[in-house]
Amino acid sequence: MSDVALNENMPNDALPRTAPKRFLGPAAWARENLFSTWWSTAITLALAYLLIRYAVSFVDWAFVNAIWTVPYNAAGQPDASACRDNKGIGACWAIIADKHRFILFGTYPYDEHWRPLLVCMLFVGLYIVSAMRRFWNWRLAVIWAVTLTAIGILMWGGVFGLTYVPQERWGGLPITLILATFGLAFAFPLAILVALGRRSQLPAIKALCVLYVELIRGVPLISLLFMASVMFPLFLPEGINIDKLLRAQIAIILFAGAYLAEVVRGGLQALPKGQYEAADALGLSYWKKTGLIILPQALRLVIPPLVNTFIGFFKDTSLVLIIGIFDLLTAGKTALIEPQWQGFGVEVYITLGLIYFIFCFAMSQYSAGLEAEFNRHRRR
Amino acid sequence: MSAAETLTSAVKANAPPAISLERVNKWFGSLHVLRDVNLSVAHGERVVVCGPSGSGKSTLIRCINRLEEHQEGRITVDGIELSDDLKALDAIRREVGMVFQSFNLFPHLTILENCTLAPIWVRKMPKKEAEALAMEYLTRVRIPEQANKYPGQLSGGQQQRVAIARALCMQPKIMLFDEPTSALDPEMIKEVLDTMVMLADTGMTMICVTHEMGFARQVADRVVFMDRGEIVEQGVPETIFNNPQTERLKLFLSQILRGH
Repeated sequence: MSDVALNENMPNDALPRTAPKRFLGPAAWARENLFSTWWSTAITLALAYLLIRYAVSFVDWAFVNAIWTVPYNAAGQPDASACRDNKGIGACWAIIADKHRFILFGTYPYDEHWRPLLVCMLFVGLYIVSAMRRFWNWRLAVIWAVTLTAIGILMWGGVFGLTYVPQERWGGLPITLILATFGLAFAFPLAILVALGRRSQLPAIKALCVLYVELIRGVPLISLLFMASVMFPLFLPEGINIDKLLRAQIAIILFAGAYLAEVVRGGLQALPKGQYEAADALGLSYWKKTGLIILPQALRLVIPPLVNTFIGFFKDTSLVLIIGIFDLLTAGKTALIEPQWQGFGVEVYITLGLIYFIFCFAMSQYSAGLEAEFNRHRRR
Repeated sequence: MSAAETLTSAVKANAPPAISLERVNKWFGSLHVLRDVNLSVAHGERVVVCGPSGSGKSTLIRCINRLEEHQEGRITVDGIELSDDLKALDAIRREVGMVFQSFNLFPHLTILENCTLAPIWVRKMPKKEAEALAMEYLTRVRIPEQANKYPGQLSGGQQQRVAIARALCMQPKIMLFDEPTSALDPEMIKEVLDTMVMLADTGMTMICVTHEMGFARQVADRVVFMDRGEIVEQGVPETIFNNPQTERLKLFLSQILRGH
């Protein structure tokens, strides 16, 4: 049996040794990497100077000289004059303190803000549960169905003693999370079907899938959103009016579906033909072959571009502002319209950027972990 | 030919063949890769197909479980004719195991999962039973201790033995081998050939495309020599190797032997 190592009877001096250790102290590391030549030293010093200079002035602006609260007058209106005097010297985080509920929840009735807050928490909980691999079975489908129903009930109300809130008054973070979550949750299965269809041997299915992908990819998302909001209602019979948010949602699903389909197709194409043949030779039917052999491998291959597309679409949901849907970014912009807060855009946009960043960074970190875990079988 | 051998071949001739190809033709574009191929393999017979590269021998056995479609002629496997009928194709693929040159194990599944997948999903075998069966075959190919590793962690020879075990777990009536040792390092060829010899001893119907002439001499009932899409010569190994009739076979044998 050649399982037995061939060099078993070799003398002791042929035994494997561990690789020599290569440890450098911080000083030696810096000398080797930062100050090895005179121009390397020059670049290190120049960059260090710029870094320290701008970091110090940013910290001064954002923290040391910042104004965190402003006084309110008798009418309950904030007095931002202190911020105005401090402009250019320190940040005015008071605008966030004053407007954070409007930025997060938009024009949703003030007394009912606990409902969108709970919705946001439900979404985050849903993401966390979905990320855990031990829920990756039929239970996840149930969890999703229950959570999304609960989110719908909380947002709309009208049952269980909750007051009814029409969709026009929804806004802020829940809108962004609804558009992104429903969008990707429906676009992803659609994308898999389209990617499989594009590789189908049935000419009609293949042509349909190619047509769909090319048509959708050929137009900007903005024009698709316009079509959904302005043109689509013209084709509907009198009296039927589909919710504006739903129309935007469908446009996003169709758009994301086309892009994701191409990503998934890339994974299908990258699989060696032998995998298809081995599955065929074992007598697996098309759907069993696809579900058990092809997709698990193809999707693992495309985790980086898949997450790339996911992150892109999470941010692209902000485009719905052009058809008047009140997402997180629109709510932030609207908060700046108030006369006393005009001119404090930087603070608001930094905050909005931070919120988007938290969600996107969590996605990319999770995908990196997932990739490492899935690639375990490649390690020796 | 001895009396006993004559008797066996007479019995084999009367029983319906395991595989029969009648005037099979196939083209890749304008390339005529199989030309009027006639071949009949009896139950329990071990056939070795050899020939220079590009002679159509791989295509021939890939037609038997329809990884390639033939365009003319009839192929019958275990009494079922290959056609566009997907039910018939599924029935045939359940009974025909295949081992590939590049192993084609499923890299995302463990060795055990590779072996139990088809019995569970195609044969509807309970998981416990499928695992017991898989362990039995893994023991027979002498790698039960690797059951929970992934294919990437095994050597080429071990992977090919797993591939054989995976095919056997479907308990096929016929096994096809498509150059099973061509992708292996020399020191691993023997372990795979040993496994195949052991399988041949169980009376399995086998068709092997291989250049391993030692293996052919040891186990083959018949050697089929193909060249340019045709079966040029066939017979018992002794006759084929010691007394080739055609120039093409003589040339092929001289090249093979020079290589060794």
